[in-house]
Amino acid sequence: MPGTISQYFTGTDYLLGLPIILLTLFALGILLIDLMLPPEWKWANAVTAFVGVLFASAGVWRIQVAYAQRGPSFTGQTAFAQSMVVDRFAIYFFYLFLGGTAIAILMSVRYLEIEHEHHGEFYALMLFSVVGMMCMAAGLDVVLIFIGLELMAISTYVLVGFLRTDRRSNEAALKYLLLGAFSSGIFAYGLSIFYGLSGSTNLHGISVYLRRQMAMTGGDADPIIVIALLTTATGLLFKIAAIPFHQWLPDAYEGAPTSITGFMSVAVKAAAWAMLLRILVYGLYPLRSVYVPLVIFVSIATMTGANLAALTQTNLKRLLAYSSIAHVGYMLLGLIAFGSGQMPASADGIKGILIYLLVYTFMNLGAFAVVTSLRQREVIGDEIDDIAGLFFRAPTEAILMLIFLLSLAGIPPLAGFYGKYFIFLSLIESGHYILASLAVLYAVFGLYYYMRIANAMLMRPAAEKEPLPVSLGMKVALGLTAFATVYIGIFPERFIGLVNWSLGLNPTSPVAMLMR
Amino acid sequence: MQTHILSIVLFTPLVGALLLLFVPSEKKDAVRWIANIFALAGFLVSLPLVPWFWAQRFEPGFKFMEGSTNNWIPSIGAGYVLGIDGISFLLIMLTTLLGWISILSSWTAIENRVKEYYIWFLVLQTGMLGVFMALDFFLFFVFWEAMLVPMYLLIGIWGGPRKLYAAIKFFLYTLFGSVLMLLGILFLYFHHQTVTGVYTFSVTALYETAPKIAFHYAIWLFLAFFLGFAIKVPMFPFHTWLPDAHVEAPTAGSVILAGVLLKMGTYGFVRFSLPFFPSVVMDSRVRWWMIFLSVVGIIYGALVSLMQKDMKKLVAYSSVSHLGFCTLGIFALNPLGLSGSVLQQINHGISTGALFLIVGVLYERRHTREISEYGGISNVMPAYATIAMIMFLSSMGLPLLNGFVGEFTILQGTFMERDLGGHSGLFWTAFAVSGVILAAAYLLWLYQRVFFGNVTNPKNEKLHDLTPRELVTFVPLVILAFWIGLYPKPFFEILEQPVNHLVKTVRPDYPLSGRTVNAAAQPKSLTPTPEVPVAAVEAMPEATKRNR
Repeated sequence: MPGTISQYFTGTDYLLGLPIILLTLFALGILLIDLMLPPEWKWANAVTAFVGVLFASAGVWRIQVAYAQRGPSFTGQTAFAQSMVVDRFAIYFFYLFLGGTAIAILMSVRYLEIEHEHHGEFYALMLFSVVGMMCMAAGLDVVLIFIGLELMAISTYVLVGFLRTDRRSNEAALKYLLLGAFSSGIFAYGLSIFYGLSGSTNLHGISVYLRRQMAMTGGDADPIIVIALLTTATGLLFKIAAIPFHQWLPDAYEGAPTSITGFMSVAVKAAAWAMLLRILVYGLYPLRSVYVPLVIFVSIATMTGANLAALTQTNLKRLLAYSSIAHVGYMLLGLIAFGSGQMPASADGIKGILIYLLVYTFMNLGAFAVVTSLRQREVIGDEIDDIAGLFFRAPTEAILMLIFLLSLAGIPPLAGFYGKYFIFLSLIESGHYILASLAVLYAVFGLYYYMRIANAMLMRPAAEKEPLPVSLGMKVALGLTAFATVYIGIFPERFIGLVNWSLGLNPTSPVAMLMR
Repeated sequence: MQTHILSIVLFTPLVGALLLLFVPSEKKDAVRWIANIFALAGFLVSLPLVPWFWAQRFEPGFKFMEGSTNNWIPSIGAGYVLGIDGISFLLIMLTTLLGWISILSSWTAIENRVKEYYIWFLVLQTGMLGVFMALDFFLFFVFWEAMLVPMYLLIGIWGGPRKLYAAIKFFLYTLFGSVLMLLGILFLYFHHQTVTGVYTFSVTALYETAPKIAFHYAIWLFLAFFLGFAIKVPMFPFHTWLPDAHVEAPTAGSVILAGVLLKMGTYGFVRFSLPFFPSVVMDSRVRWWMIFLSVVGIIYGALVSLMQKDMKKLVAYSSVSHLGFCTLGIFALNPLGLSGSVLQQINHGISTGALFLIVGVLYERRHTREISEYGGISNVMPAYATIAMIMFLSSMGLPLLNGFVGEFTILQGTFMERDLGGHSGLFWTAFAVSGVILAAAYLLWLYQRVFFGNVTNPKNEKLHDLTPRELVTFVPLVILAFWIGLYPKPFFEILEQPVNHLVKTVRPDYPLSGRTVNAAAQPKSLTPTPEVPVAAVEAMPEATKRNR
């Protein structure tokens, strides 16, 4: 394409790239400053990272304000030669990533000290992975999405294996790396077929091509398109860890440093979902009649497998890992309702997924924060037996954990209920009654394994009597997550409004402009 | 004051719970005093409802309405809407009274983790009141579910040896029922939107659209709601959680569980199932099953009670039998059956609540509930034995006491129906009556084994009689038992309007009589009207007179 370099960049590109640029600068800065810090000053890295997250949030806020000035109907703008679109959907996810990361940073400080692995790279990698996530959420060009995915994934591989002396951590990182690279390959393969067919790496171009093709064949997809869809979907489902592509997740969650497990379960997962929604709901929208049966199968398999597997777990981190797979199964139901194409079911389905991710960020990070605080000098602290009698050692943490667990189980009036509420509502609206019944029954399974933790925590005697020390950062993290879980539960209006805003849904008119 | 009375009643216990958070847990007595003060305050603030409600008892519609649709979560159409009619009024008064009594009765029974105990108890109290007050389906569901958590903790932390099993069983069982109910609620909500274009959870709005749902959908919806409510009641065969939960729960937990929690199921039937799905509840097959399960529950519960060696388990199974009467009255679907059923719910709260307290008194002294451990207790604890006698008689339905009035009215209502699912009312009544006889058998036999004879077990010789505090917990229950037994007219008058309204909704062609039938067309008024002196209204409700 002829032209000068200036044609590829416009003035607004820098504004739209601001959060990404800021995060990169802070991450590089941490790497440099870390060299100069004496060991007892390593906590300063965490402070720098936290400030970086705040700056990036301010950057996102700046974009949001600029949009607001353009009127309420202005939903977003493309940047960098249409490879990236910073729309409200992306902004919503930016906030989600940054919020999750900030809390994960607060959880990490004391934990890394105990593990004797307090290095600046830890925080730098976290920030780099957020940069990758932002590219995934805002990517319009599949190349940018893929680069974002790899940047996030590679940073996460290293973070999972960050405990160099721990064999579980190393094993987890290797498994995660091998399977992750494999799935990325399949994913790239699918995208390359779409590129070959449509001649465009842009999701918009692919979408236009597919719509034309589907119109020409009268709704039947070409086999090559089906193959491309299947490989792409495999990659996407692998990243969100839906059964049967979930095997890496329990191992990775168990072996990773606990604060990173929390980080992965919310921010990394939210990024994978943002990518999945962007590709399936926007790019591959014309193929929805092809992928919905697939999603139905995967979501039933995911809910069944994960809920049954979670029943017998004795390790807290593995249990929460399976529970997070189960939650993916519920969220996939929203995609099914979306695929029905009927209003308001399809809007409520996507809305359900977004609300689910929001509330999940707080309640799951909160639960992992409590598990993280169990790690003491001499105790690994990730078995259910380790949490027994927690009430007698740290009553506040025990009650907060109870709140997080009830929220994960979807008991109102806690935040977790609203995710399930919108998902179930969308299923009812689209007429999937049997699927809805199945999903609510699995919610009862869910309650059982969450209450196993609660039983141990509140009703069994403590193995150790001495009180559990909780660091300041952890207290702040717990306070924030617990407050959000309860507050969203009781006053959800503003947050439902936020999701409506991000999807361009107007409360007065049911017309959805889903991410377009 | 009248406009916010329901909120005040609802949140007084919760305020107490929040206040307790700031009391150091070592100061056990301070915690107890504060909890008791708030429990008593919760009862006292509900007392003004009595004269206010009495003044407008014949007026149609919900009273003391508060809040508006869409004032809580406008984007989904959920509101903080409270309001009561005669049915919920009686249940609310029962809840505040039993809440206070059970908290008072826990003074010495609970020694460890005292502060937590009272906090959860007060939270539970707010949750239960919310269920009876909510007129928004979303709000109702929130209270319905949220209330499970404190009850689960009360059983699980302060329960008996198998508390973990019982607590989780209680939680899972009831959640299982309520999640399917959630789907039913969502269906009604969405259906309302497709018909009217408005998203709302308002119960009064759904009353308009829900009955028009086609039968093949309505039957599934009814079943979804039925499962939620039947597990809570519990109706046979969904009762298996109940004995476990009762036996393991602390005394006060059992009192609340039997006295109030079970009533939520029957309340759900009356408030939602009947007016939402009139075509289903009037369907002959459905009616047959409902009546059949009720009658089986009555007889089965009574037979199993006869076999029990543990006093508390005996009382627990007797609840299954008594609640069978309540559901029988509901599905008889006439004014007598329904008002008898609601009154029997109150009676069961009073009598069975008292029975659990009676068992608790002995348990606190001897730490066993085995019947064979006792005998001749009336020699050492005469006052206690007298009160126990009154409550036993009340529970088995002796005339002049409350149980008789409720059971008699229910049986009369059932008897009157010519066609109850293919059989005559007489057919079902014949079976149900055996429950009354069996109740006399198991209760009197229990009384005989525990209280009569000589003291055979030397451990029982030194038992001290009721303390003044324990006596106080029984006095209101004894008074109420006599009041309802001797003069039930005010209770039937309070129930007349909602029950007639309900029957009119479900069976438009049913010949109703009574003061509220013609008044139904009048607009609802929030201000109390001066009471109209009525020349002569007999103790029996109007519908009874018609049949003489």
